[in-house]
Amino acid sequence: MRRAVFKHRGLPYLLVLPQIVVTLVFFFWPAFESLRLSFFRTSPFGDRTFFVGLENFQRLLTDPEYYRSVVNSFVFALGVTALGVGAGLFVAALATQKIRGLAAYRTAVLWPYGIAPPVAGIIFLFMFHPSYGVLPYWLSFLIDYEFNWLLKGWVAMALVILTTAWTHVGYNIAFFLAGLLAIPQSVLEAASVDGAGAVRRFWAIVFPLLSPVTFYLVVVNLIFSFFGSFGVIHAVTQGGPGGATDIMVFKVYKDGFIGLNLGSSAAQSVILMVVVIALTALQFRFVEKRVTY
Amino acid sequence: MAGSTIAASDRVAALPRAVEARRPRPFPWETVVVHVLLLACVAVIAFPLYYALIISTQTVQEVVARPPILTPSGHALENYGQAWTRAHMGRLLWNSAVVAVVSAVGKIVISMLSAFAVVYFNFRGRQVAFWMIFVTLMLPVEVRIMSTYEVIGNLGWLNTYAGLTVPLMASATATFLFRQFYLTVPNELCEAAQLDGVGPLRFLVSFLLPLSWANIAALFVVLFTFGWNQYLWPLMITNTEAMRVVVIGLQDLIPRTGTHVPEWNVMMAAAMMALLPPVAVILAMQRWFVKGLIETEK
Repeated sequence: MRRAVFKHRGLPYLLVLPQIVVTLVFFFWPAFESLRLSFFRTSPFGDRTFFVGLENFQRLLTDPEYYRSVVNSFVFALGVTALGVGAGLFVAALATQKIRGLAAYRTAVLWPYGIAPPVAGIIFLFMFHPSYGVLPYWLSFLIDYEFNWLLKGWVAMALVILTTAWTHVGYNIAFFLAGLLAIPQSVLEAASVDGAGAVRRFWAIVFPLLSPVTFYLVVVNLIFSFFGSFGVIHAVTQGGPGGATDIMVFKVYKDGFIGLNLGSSAAQSVILMVVVIALTALQFRFVEKRVTY
Repeated sequence: MAGSTIAASDRVAALPRAVEARRPRPFPWETVVVHVLLLACVAVIAFPLYYALIISTQTVQEVVARPPILTPSGHALENYGQAWTRAHMGRLLWNSAVVAVVSAVGKIVISMLSAFAVVYFNFRGRQVAFWMIFVTLMLPVEVRIMSTYEVIGNLGWLNTYAGLTVPLMASATATFLFRQFYLTVPNELCEAAQLDGVGPLRFLVSFLLPLSWANIAALFVVLFTFGWNQYLWPLMITNTEAMRVVVIGLQDLIPRTGTHVPEWNVMMAAAMMALLPPVAVILAMQRWFVKGLIETEK
């Protein structure tokens, strides 16, 4: 820890003030309000609120529609994470030996990260369009099945998973490549001299050494797909067809903003808060040193 | 004489080895396979954008043709013009640019100041301030949708640039990054500055700031992209055409099945315009972008 060096009574407070004000007004106060509202119910006319205790939570936990959104969220998050981190690992595995032009490859896969998931969603929407898209057309030669995301829930889910993983794969690759640079080339060369082939080198040396990066990326991808996924759902499927892509963050918005069921929406927010706290705690266990102060 | 004989025989003995050394190395199959696989990955990843790009140059007839046409056509100008006027692109792009730049710069300034306070001062409540900033990581917009909307409403900030940008300005990750960086600045620099009678603010501006440019650039790319691609926030607090950002305004052009002419070419032209700025910033500032990603998210 650094020895504090400047002596001044008011200045440090002035310096942290803007950040603290923004934090209090836009983060703490609303979070506290969500927590409070989750114990209340608003009358149908919105003129009165009354305390209902844990009723909002009880209702949610017995609501099959809510369960479906929880299951959908997990399917979505695990799908995005498996696909995104898996693809990142695959590229990392290829890059374990010295190859020329690695930086160029990195550039070539990194840019989708700049594309907002909803915009990427529109592109994928068309690529998968049942009547005009190129992918259903190609697939029709392989299998006799109608990949129609307008009608089939799992196709819609696959579509949003693929879109989200696509925007994130470059991020994962960048982290894996940074992790690879930290592995001494001499270790890999030694293994090579000992006759370990590329596959063996990857599983015996690279993969174990990359496991902290992998763990970190799994957690970050889970957080991202749990909480950053609103846009793609809103823009592409609107939770449909038939609620098949109705995920938790979308339902909070739908019930609160469209349905004006404030109590239930707040209760859902609180449940999400617990999820994000758990995931963040997991993330920082891994980098604990950087936040202990 | 004897010596030279030995040398000659040595040379003869060495001959096969020399020949062996000169023999071409076995063909590097492994490397070729790796390059082919990597190129395949790049092709798969790049395909959606390529597809969107060529669609944006075609006429509707070409767009709906079966089999799909995968080569560019010559109608880019009219499609992009259509998209520009129909979606009010100029306004949308301007709004997005304001949100992205103002929120990124605001975050950087605010984070720099608070990290400076936390590292260079010993004040009561320092721990509390630090943890308050840290906890914001656990409160994404998604978990406080309704009540944040209410706060913005009470402030009268709905449909304003203030409402679009100020609430995005608290950033734990940026604060951590600056704190981390300040901790690596040698203490001697600060001591020397103090001996010369340099006050804290001048130290920040004339000593720390010039050292921080690489970090600032890295953060800027990441935060600009983040701001440009905001979705839920602007969706909630703006409902007028004039205040919409491009990521949301784009939706109007999606031809919904059945009722619309399938003008996906215009849609794709608009999508290209919406995604170009952040992608261009990432590509232009690639080195900083990677640095920013790796360092902020840890």
